[in-house]
Amino acid sequence: MPNSDYDPACLPDLLPLYYRRLFPFSQYYRWLSYGGVTKNYFQNREFSFTLKDDIYVRYQSFSTQSELEKEMQKMNPYKIDIGAVYSHRPSQHNTVKTGAFQALEKELVFDIDMTDYDDVRNCCSAADICTKCWTLMTIAIRILDRALREDFGFRHLLWVYSGRRGVHCWVCDESARKLSVAARSAVAEYLSLVKGGEETVRKVALSDPIHPFISQSLTIVEHYFIDYAIKEQDILGTKESTDKVFALLPEDIRAELNSVFQKEKNPVKRWDKVKALIQLKRASLKKGSQYIEKEIMLQYCYPRLDVNVSKGVNHLLKSPFSVHPKTGRISVPIDLRELDRFDPFEVPTISLICEELDRPKTTEEEEEDERMKDKENEKEAGERRRIRDYKRTSLAKYVKVFDQFLDALARSRKGEMLKKSDLQKDF
Amino acid sequence: MQFGGKRKKLITNPQYELYGHCLQFYDKPPLENISLSEFETFAVERLRLLKTVENLGVSYVKTSEQYQKKLFAEFSNLNFPYKIEADDHKVQTGPTEHEKRRKDHISHFILRLAYCQTEDLRRWFIQQEMDLFRYRFNDLPPQLKTDFLHRNNLKYDMISTEEKNNLKEKLIHSSHAVSGVTLENQDFYKVPFQDALDLVRTRKVFLQGGYAYIPQQDIITIVLNDFRTRLSKALALTARSLPAVQTDERLQPLLNHLSHAYVGQDYSIQKNIGKISLEQIDSLSGKSFPLCMRQLHKALRENHHLRHGGRMQYGLFLKGIGLTLEQALQFWRSEFIKGKVDADKFDKAYAYSIRHMFGKEGKRTDYTPYSCMKVILSNPPSQGDYHGCPFRHSDPELLRQKLQSYKLSPSGINQILELVKGMHYQVACQKYFELTHNIEDSGFSLNHPNQYFIESQKVLGGGKEIKREAETVQKGTENTGSKTPSVSQQGSAQSAQVLGDMEALEAFFQDE
Ligand code: SF4
Ligand SMILES: [Zn+2]
Repeated sequence: MPNSDYDPACLPDLLPLYYRRLFPFSQYYRWLSYGGVTKNYFQNREFSFTLKDDIYVRYQSFSTQSELEKEMQKMNPYKIDIGAVYSHRPSQHNTVKTGAFQALEKELVFDIDMTDYDDVRNCCSAADICTKCWTLMTIAIRILDRALREDFGFRHLLWVYSGRRGVHCWVCDESARKLSVAARSAVAEYLSLVKGGEETVRKVALSDPIHPFISQSLTIVEHYFIDYAIKEQDILGTKESTDKVFALLPEDIRAELNSVFQKEKNPVKRWDKVKALIQLKRASLKKGSQYIEKEIMLQYCYPRLDVNVSKGVNHLLKSPFSVHPKTGRISVPIDLRELDRFDPFEVPTISLICEELDRPKTTEEEEEDERMKDKENEKEAGERRRIRDYKRTSLAKYVKVFDQFLDALARSRKGEMLKKSDLQKDF
Repeated sequence: MQFGGKRKKLITNPQYELYGHCLQFYDKPPLENISLSEFETFAVERLRLLKTVENLGVSYVKTSEQYQKKLFAEFSNLNFPYKIEADDHKVQTGPTEHEKRRKDHISHFILRLAYCQTEDLRRWFIQQEMDLFRYRFNDLPPQLKTDFLHRNNLKYDMISTEEKNNLKEKLIHSSHAVSGVTLENQDFYKVPFQDALDLVRTRKVFLQGGYAYIPQQDIITIVLNDFRTRLSKALALTARSLPAVQTDERLQPLLNHLSHAYVGQDYSIQKNIGKISLEQIDSLSGKSFPLCMRQLHKALRENHHLRHGGRMQYGLFLKGIGLTLEQALQFWRSEFIKGKVDADKFDKAYAYSIRHMFGKEGKRTDYTPYSCMKVILSNPPSQGDYHGCPFRHSDPELLRQKLQSYKLSPSGINQILELVKGMHYQVACQKYFELTHNIEDSGFSLNHPNQYFIESQKVLGGGKEIKREAETVQKGTENTGSKTPSVSQQGSAQSAQVLGDMEALEAFFQDE
């Protein structure tokens, strides 16, 4: 693996290089200023930095892209978080009368973390992930992305790998950024199906009628379920994992399955038996347990959201293109067209891309450098050099995904403006 | 008083139009002059009504029959208007329907003045007024509902028959209120999902492209949403014009009394501070902690850690039973450092939030111990969490096992589980209290974990100082219900000298 050589001890040496030559500042600034439609949108945004030794500085804010660059290059944050757009500059929050300093807007965000799936993963636990359980994230993205677009009508969703064991979603539509706390929590709850903590065994409870949102989500889960849960996680393989599934079944079905499973060892066929038995007993099942099979699938595969992260307007979330200090991996946007092929272990680490930078340039690149030299003035030169720099690394393809996302945002902004001016003409 | 005995004339009076329906949206402020004593009576009685709304909301499911029955009783007791059309011709004994509607109107606006002053007051007021409105609207016969919408110009977008047919399956599967049979005769309203959050949250409505498709029966959701939006806007505006009211020395004391009356039990005001030693906690947790706290305590001792939700719920409870800040810091530190957290990390990452709970860091906001309602309704536990209410958030099977392990009788356990099934979690908890304290009737109505603790200490007679202090706390809080009348007496004594007609209230409710 190309990134196994990341050593956290090197981070202090690599970060300056990363922020000087690789971090996509111009795209980043383009994103957070949202076309400059709202005055001071970028300027009033909170950033927070985690520095060396876990020193945490909140309420950073910057008036221009170059100020942001300078500060990041000076402080070399181990981690960057993005907060809300406030009523005043966050850096001056102390000078404003208390109560007046208010979080006004923020993207609607979702945080899905693999640790929340510990009771249904047999391959790893806690902060560990592998390609097997990564399927859970794929399913989560598919389900939430569909619902946020089709049910809620949002269009600008940025999915980001967190750098370690999860994914984040940034819903960037104007209407999403303006949602109230109550609306955010309603959306998050609409999307939550798995409920209950350590003291709950049956975490999904379906009842009539099955809402279209649930049916649609089930279709997605079904697509992955056999390969992922039955074959890879082997949830009907060992005694221990089978018992966990059994705990969700009614007594009499459990008893019958026990004897069937004595003979039948093939997990896929075992699952067929489970389904067949539930089907057979459907009539005699108590009300409230007629959807057991669906509930099991959802309990094992349905996305587990941290509702609290989505609710708050002023909740901070790790920024895209931040580095994960433990793994060294860059928090990169995920291309949904390639989602099934996305492999978290292929995401470049900071050491990899810094190394790629040191490789000798191709002659082509040399020539390009030459050609540019005379034309450019100082500032642009820095900018261009940085573009050429990241293009030579494995970061390039992820920045491209980000670019496409930004283009789509700009297109709909333009559409909105045309609509508005058309309306004005009408009067 | 303008109205005495001159009813005929009223027909041409805009005020008459204002009171044409038994329910209002409170769009227009009262325009008349009223006497200070009427001002007071109205305010105090509406406050009583709202407090009843609050108390019933804690003890009963809002759609249950008991809730509606009890609320209705209080409603007619206090002479507020009730779903009949104004009929001024009939000779009645009590106040006329018109007078009741006028009272409804004016009293609402008076409380706006008293309750616009802080965020907390506004939240409380809006919540109670919404519950009250929901109850009244739901109770209207269909034709009066339509009438209400017309009068108030509430026009919501209806979907075409064609669109309805296209979405048929989806609409049917989105709501209990819709079936293949009823669909044809049902109207559906299409509103931005932000206007129907309660239906969205519970997935009781079909969503597409950011719009919620709301069956006629659920129209209350949108109306209520409108109600809330308008009311909170109005309160913000009222707050801005408040300085004018505050200079009025007749009104100011009265309004202040009114707004203080809401607070109810406040378990953050602690009289036991320092009366409990850390060594006692283990044994107290078995005897006098409600199940939710016992569960958190056990999880903390076992895992040497609790996640945020648990730390908040348990930490504030401990503060409420009398731990000092120093004790709390010692308590959490000693437990956490047995686990994965070293002392240094604890001081960096956790100590702050504990000081925060005691109001020693940051801005002091809401750091009162959580009520049962809060525990039961907000922030449900997820993977790795031990907070919440075991009666609400545990699997019934696990709850049964747990109760068995605490040596409750099988019949007692069954009673508890029955209550849980009926979603009466607090009543179940109270049953648990009675069973574990060996008493027939606990004689209080449980709505707070700290109340549970205090009551338990009373019964057990444990820690003599704790007991005595607990009683005084309890006395103080029990009185809140009956405090209101005494407030009004004080108020009238003060205002006796300045009696006379007041300025039109209108001045305080300027729209823009
Ligand atoms: S009812 Fe209240 S006191 Fe009892 S367990 Fe639940 S939250 Fe705790
Ligand atoms: Zn794994």
